[in-house]
Amino acid sequence: MFISKALAATSEAAHGGGHESGGNFPPFDPTYFASQLLWLAITFGLFYFLMARIVLPRISSILETRKDRISQDLDEAQRLKDESDHAHAAYEQELAQAKQNAHAIAQEAKDKAKADADAQRSKIEETLAKKLSQAEAKIAKIKNAALAEVGTIAADTAETIVKELIGGKLTKAEIAKAITAAGK
Amino acid sequence: MANDPIHQFQITKLIPLEVGGVDLSFTNSALFMTLTVALTAGFLILSTNGRGLIPGRLQSISEMCFEFVANLLRDSAGSEGMKFFPMVFSLFMFILVSNLFGMFPYFFTVMTHIIITAAFAIMVIGTVIIYGLMKNGFGFFKLFVPQGVPGVLVPVIVFIEVLSFVSRPISLSVRLFANMLAGHITLKVFAGFAVSMIGAFGAGGFALAILPIAFTVALTALEFLVAFLQAYVFAILTCMYLNDAIHPSH
Repeated sequence: MFISKALAATSEAAHGGGHESGGNFPPFDPTYFASQLLWLAITFGLFYFLMARIVLPRISSILETRKDRISQDLDEAQRLKDESDHAHAAYEQELAQAKQNAHAIAQEAKDKAKADADAQRSKIEETLAKKLSQAEAKIAKIKNAALAEVGTIAADTAETIVKELIGGKLTKAEIAKAITAAGK
Repeated sequence: MANDPIHQFQITKLIPLEVGGVDLSFTNSALFMTLTVALTAGFLILSTNGRGLIPGRLQSISEMCFEFVANLLRDSAGSEGMKFFPMVFSLFMFILVSNLFGMFPYFFTVMTHIIITAAFAIMVIGTVIIYGLMKNGFGFFKLFVPQGVPGVLVPVIVFIEVLSFVSRPISLSVRLFANMLAGHITLKVFAGFAVSMIGAFGAGGFALAILPIAFTVALTALEFLVAFLQAYVFAILTCMYLNDAIHPSH
């Protein structure tokens, strides 16, 4: 029913529908071929011209600029990164240097303190040694004096003993001679 | 004749013009070619006017079209093929936009007329032949003699290759034309069913008409796909044929 109606409409158009075209199926109707070709040439030609001269170079340059800009930005980022790396390395080096310096200063101070202490100690030791030797000398002197006294005491004692025992009288020279002989 | 599915392809004179007995009238077909060019070129020019480093939405669309066609051409014809970029881009955009124009009810679809698609096909094949001969000279005919074919088979292969080359403009033009024509007829026929049903069954016909209407909606979606796909197919085949002209030895 409807299908046949539609088909009828189709065939009517195909066979007798065309008014000016002599009954041709419009897409195959050569009446307007020349007109279509002319207007296609005009419109498509204009379109091609606009694309080739304006649109495509423009979009191409937009994309090119963007690509350049991106790579430029990437380069810049790389450069900044390198810079910061350098700065970091320099900082590390500085730090190491400072540590080393501090170490050296500490060592120096330590050495100096040690040297001072050593010097002080040797000075004190020297003083002490001097005092010791002085004291020893004094002792030796006293000892000698005492020993010298011993001779005199012996002589006196001997003289007294001799006098008491034998009542004799001896000269000092004889006694000393005798003591010296006894001392031998 | 509301149901006539062929009526939509009828060409009507808008501004009659006749030169030397040849009818060169400005027709509805010419009007839609003009609209296609005006809309497409206008959009592409205005949207890229700002030359934004960061593209806006409209500029993005233009750039997408550009890169889509550029990749298509570069992938099939290499960087040497880029000298044909304006032609391939114009063909693709013109066919795509005129097909999409055709999706509006009562609008004329330029590509449903074989003379238009044939003109495009002849333009493409003509470019292939002229450029192929200019660039490769006699070497262009290597296209018809694939390498590594045994001597006995050469005449057969050459015959087949020549035949396939000759049929290219025919298949290129008929494919686009027939797809657009058939799609629009089918749409109109299904939509016509709905009208016929209502006419035949009155109120009950409205319920029945839901089916063809649903079909029409589905077909409309399909036709949008076909409108794009045919422009794409035409462009990619153009790229492949151009590749033959640039590198004729298989």
